[in-house]
Amino acid sequence: MERKVYADNAATTAMSRAAIEAMLPYLDGIYGNPSSLYSVGQQAKEALEGARADIAACLGARPDEIYFTSCGSESDNQAIRSAARLGAAKGKKHIISTAFEHHAVLHTLDRLKREEGFEVTLLDVHKNGVVEAEEVKAAIRPDTCLVTVMAANNEIGTVQPIAEIGAVCRAAGVVFHTDAVQAVGHIPVNVAEQNVDMLSLSAHKFHGPKGVGALYCRRGLRLLPLIDGGAQERGRRAGTENVAGICAMAAALKEACANMQKNTAKLVALRDEIIEGLSRIPHSVLNGDRQRRLPGTVNMCFEGVEGEGLLLYLDDMGVCASSGSACTSGSLDPSHVLLAIGLPHEVAHGSLRVSLCEYNTREDAEHIIKCVPQVVEKLRAMSPVWKEMERGERPHVI
Amino acid sequence: MALYSEKVMDHFRNPRNVGEIPDADGVGEVGNARCGDIMKIYLKIKDGIIEDVKFNTFGCGSAIASSSMATELIKGKPLSQALELTNKAVAEALDGLPAHKLHCSVLAEEAIRAAIKDYYDKNGMEYDKSLFPEPDEDHEIHGD
Repeated sequence: MERKVYADNAATTAMSRAAIEAMLPYLDGIYGNPSSLYSVGQQAKEALEGARADIAACLGARPDEIYFTSCGSESDNQAIRSAARLGAAKGKKHIISTAFEHHAVLHTLDRLKREEGFEVTLLDVHKNGVVEAEEVKAAIRPDTCLVTVMAANNEIGTVQPIAEIGAVCRAAGVVFHTDAVQAVGHIPVNVAEQNVDMLSLSAHKFHGPKGVGALYCRRGLRLLPLIDGGAQERGRRAGTENVAGICAMAAALKEACANMQKNTAKLVALRDEIIEGLSRIPHSVLNGDRQRRLPGTVNMCFEGVEGEGLLLYLDDMGVCASSGSACTSGSLDPSHVLLAIGLPHEVAHGSLRVSLCEYNTREDAEHIIKCVPQVVEKLRAMSPVWKEMERGERPHVI
Repeated sequence: MALYSEKVMDHFRNPRNVGEIPDADGVGEVGNARCGDIMKIYLKIKDGIIEDVKFNTFGCGSAIASSSMATELIKGKPLSQALELTNKAVAEALDGLPAHKLHCSVLAEEAIRAAIKDYYDKNGMEYDKSLFPEPDEDHEIHGD
């Protein structure tokens, strides 16, 4: 039996035992609606509020600053649209973000631009995939109503200076939102210390279930609903709460935060081993800053090969990973993240993202280090691009 | 439910006719690296018959499988027959391609035509120009 290595934890994670067990009572016995006044409803309500308190504690927030949503994308949409509408009411229609945000942010901003006449400044993220607080400061205008910068990038794993950006925004009186979907449960996040006004998170990125997320919104800051209806979530998010999913999210996050130091030490060692191993492949490059990155994320490009082929051959060898090639994105262009850090199209097509979690082992890392060079070699052996490079008819870019 | 048919996966895992022919009679290259796929076909031709064919492809799984299948379909065939090969025939022989991957079979058809045209041009042979429309440089057919 071939080894199975799941190395796509930035896409989604396996649920933890603690998360599954936290869910079960609310799927089976305690099925009441938290808005109902009889006891099975109130038991569900109690669980919901317990989960809210746990999640708030993990983020350095207060329970009444946490709103449950259906996913990270919903949280991003609500935060941005709310801040935009409140800004527009005061005549402020300028938003600052970065070129490599998740599509949940970029597409929301696009729509505000197209349909509501907002102006959007997308900051450069440089070759290392990090935006600096000074650049945010320089971009703030009198009519800026929102700055939204992700805490860590989902493709290349670079970590942004959130606390510094938050401080700049606080000083300028501009609302600061961060899409922290890849960061929460993986690196220390504290909304109070990091000057964050709004923050999005998603349960399935830290061993919780899919279909549940949360939005933190600082007390005193208005939050407009995206979904109208009942009075759930204090009128900010209608719809009967996903009690089981929310309880599982809280259990998963508590566990992730309790073990963060231990997990980080393990992951950094495995990550660095993989970076070192795969960097031995000629004409390869690590994408994003070497140091300022998530503990478990590696993203590399290999010249002369295309990402989808890499993934399919790796799948045959038991390795689940991902790529930012056009073929895997289903569009003409390769990943906007890789283009944003300045990679030429032809190089960006040959990207591989390996994202680990604490369930991965040293043997998994060794398997990846063994398989990837074989697959790259196999694809290069039939690549006209690579052959032209080898014959000197086409320049190597990396 | 897999992304690709078993046939596609077979031709991707064990591509037929991979390689180059140093003294090829006709060479055709289509696509561009910017869009993420390039296909290069080499033909050895004798008495109007394709005696040998090899390919090199930079591209996704279906691009490699389409190249492999297309070369199988024309090997040993007269040029007139190879010119009749359509992208549809390549896709069908692979038991179908996902809609957004059909352009890979188009590339295979275009690469073969380009190689045959190269052979005609090199040998100063007469041919019906309408058989060889200019390949779509911008590769706009990507997607559906």
